[in-house]
Amino acid sequence: MPNRRGFLKGAAAGAAALAAGTTPAGAQQPASRRGVTVPSASALAEETGPVSSAEVLTADRPGSDFMVDVLKSLGFEYICANPGSSFRALHESILNYGGNKAPELITCCHEEQSVAMADGYAKIEGKPLAVIAHSTVGLQHASMAIYNAYAGRSPAYIILGNTIDATARRPGVEWYHSAQDAVAMVRDYSKWDDLPISLPHFAESAVRAYQIALTPPYGPVLLVADSDLQETPIASDLKLHIPKLTLSSPPAGDMAAVAEVAKLLVAAENPVLLADRAVRTADGMKLLVELAEVLQAPVVGGKFPSHHPLNQAGGRGLIGSADVIVGMEVADLWGTINTVRDQLHRSVQTFTRPGTKVVSISAVNLDIKSNYQYFQRYPETDISIAADAEATLPYLIEACKRLITADRKRTLEERGRKLAAAHEQGMERARTEATYGWDSTPISTARLSAEIWEVIRDKDWSLVGGAPSRLWNVDTVYRTAGGGGAAGVGYSAPGSVGAALANRKYGRFSVAIQNDGDLMYAPGALWTAAHHRIPLMSVMHNNRAYHQEVMHIQRMANRHQRGITNAGIGTTLTDPNIDYATVARGMGVHGEGPITDPKDLGPALRRAMAVVMRGEPALVDVVTQPR
Amino acid sequence: MRLLILSFLPLMLTAQTPSAQNGRKIFDSYGCYQCHDHDGHGGAGARLAPNPIPFAAFSKYVRQPTGEMPPYTKKVVSDSELADIYAYLQSIPQPPPAKSIPILNH
Repeated sequence: MPNRRGFLKGAAAGAAALAAGTTPAGAQQPASRRGVTVPSASALAEETGPVSSAEVLTADRPGSDFMVDVLKSLGFEYICANPGSSFRALHESILNYGGNKAPELITCCHEEQSVAMADGYAKIEGKPLAVIAHSTVGLQHASMAIYNAYAGRSPAYIILGNTIDATARRPGVEWYHSAQDAVAMVRDYSKWDDLPISLPHFAESAVRAYQIALTPPYGPVLLVADSDLQETPIASDLKLHIPKLTLSSPPAGDMAAVAEVAKLLVAAENPVLLADRAVRTADGMKLLVELAEVLQAPVVGGKFPSHHPLNQAGGRGLIGSADVIVGMEVADLWGTINTVRDQLHRSVQTFTRPGTKVVSISAVNLDIKSNYQYFQRYPETDISIAADAEATLPYLIEACKRLITADRKRTLEERGRKLAAAHEQGMERARTEATYGWDSTPISTARLSAEIWEVIRDKDWSLVGGAPSRLWNVDTVYRTAGGGGAAGVGYSAPGSVGAALANRKYGRFSVAIQNDGDLMYAPGALWTAAHHRIPLMSVMHNNRAYHQEVMHIQRMANRHQRGITNAGIGTTLTDPNIDYATVARGMGVHGEGPITDPKDLGPALRRAMAVVMRGEPALVDVVTQPR
Repeated sequence: MRLLILSFLPLMLTAQTPSAQNGRKIFDSYGCYQCHDHDGHGGAGARLAPNPIPFAAFSKYVRQPTGEMPPYTKKVVSDSELADIYAYLQSIPQPPPAKSIPILNH
């Protein structure tokens, strides 16, 4: 490929050779005495002599302009980045050639934030948001969020600056920030990557990467944008073409296997549908509802309307009485029907009864890697379908309908009535459970949820961080976004900002229940929300600890029968308590709190809501019970 | 009440009257709150109050849990401290009825 630096060096060397003759190839120049460097004749000529023509210092159309054309063709709305010199040309092209629109550059304070924002955005929008990261160090920062995206099957699209040509690198930092195979460190937990060496190659691989990211099972992809390829002017005779993007239709299950599953489901007395990650789209939620209603079968987990009578949250009891269990995109099917008791001698407890038929429909086996153990323990199944569950649902619904006789339908309807009654009892139980500790200080998490619900329930809301209470009416797919796929702490704050960014153009009210420990990983996400006017109400679940770890240390202390009062050392965030409202205000975000009296919570939330309704972010710090 | 006195009898013969105040203090310092919240209302672990289970069953489970709870042996929590914790749990009042809380009924 043409090399901008090579051209200049060649010109200078040529001029020097003309002025001072040549040095024999391979000869070493002797070191000067006493450290005094005597300029050679050639060096003097280079510095002071006449040049035959003006050095070319500008370029009208760098390769990075074409890269922007490619990004625009893929329909990216935004591109998240923390700035880095390895993509300086692409950065500049986005701003000045691309007009900083589609994609618009979103300034991030950390690459983990950039990728988590992309993950959160995709959870709402169903398509990738682009990220640019800076070579070695940027990707190292981003790696945790990439692992979250991979384990959570989220389609992050990452462009990585890097300088391949060692002779083109500036001394010092640019060497630290270059790698021969930059993507190697995340290849175990990304779906695909490439290192294009020409602009046509870049275009083709960019389109391919997009297609791969959005073929179930989704996953993060990476494309290395070599700095020379970005900065070198496009040759006038180079014919450039951006290939057409055609998204792959998602893989549906084998029809014979689907028919077998339908037989099991229709004949079952107590079937259970585990929905976990089955729903990717709004249509997917409708299909899941249809399947449940056709079968009058309970649904546990996943994106299923919370107030639907067949929603049976917390259905471990149902699993115990089930004769057929169908897991659809269940991230941990084994762990849903079994558990390992966390005592000194670990023992397995199985929730299912003998003879229960277990079915798995999941695309994860179509893209699985060995090293990182995100795939969980091997589940024993009777039928395993390697396919996308949402794409399989229409066929499964039709297969079930064909098998349901009028008699069977009456039986199923009777089951549905019992499940509806159980659902109502569950809702009443949740309401009663919320009263415990209603006026407690620290504030109970149930009170926290109830107060938030009171503020958002008449809005087109979207919970972009944390989990909703059972009492909330989760009635469509974007009401919840879910968490980091690999449970890597630090996802929620930037992930919720990314999801709120996706919600912004629809005028939705984004709210996040934000853990305190999580926020401290990448608090710069708050500044990004303020800077880019991303409306988001973050409500702190501030238990002043990495609470899961408090419990782990307590478990060890109890097991070892010593020091049971020390579990807070190294696990809590006290002395001093972190004043998150002040942290937020320092980053330009409306801050309220710390709220310790439950009576103050509602008014603080309403003040924050007014700010968010104006299109800005707000944070309410609430000191809470641990869980 | 009779059952309660009988269940406390071994402690009453050997120790002072259980102290709910001390029970509250060690409920926090010994880490009970981590799973059961500061007021025993439950969280990661079960709800303990109001209306705790009988002391004998409570004590047996704390010493030799059959579920996920880490064991609290006599080496780390004495019998009298356990009685204090139990007294604290007994002192926790009933919550308001759900129907009396408007925002739980929307």
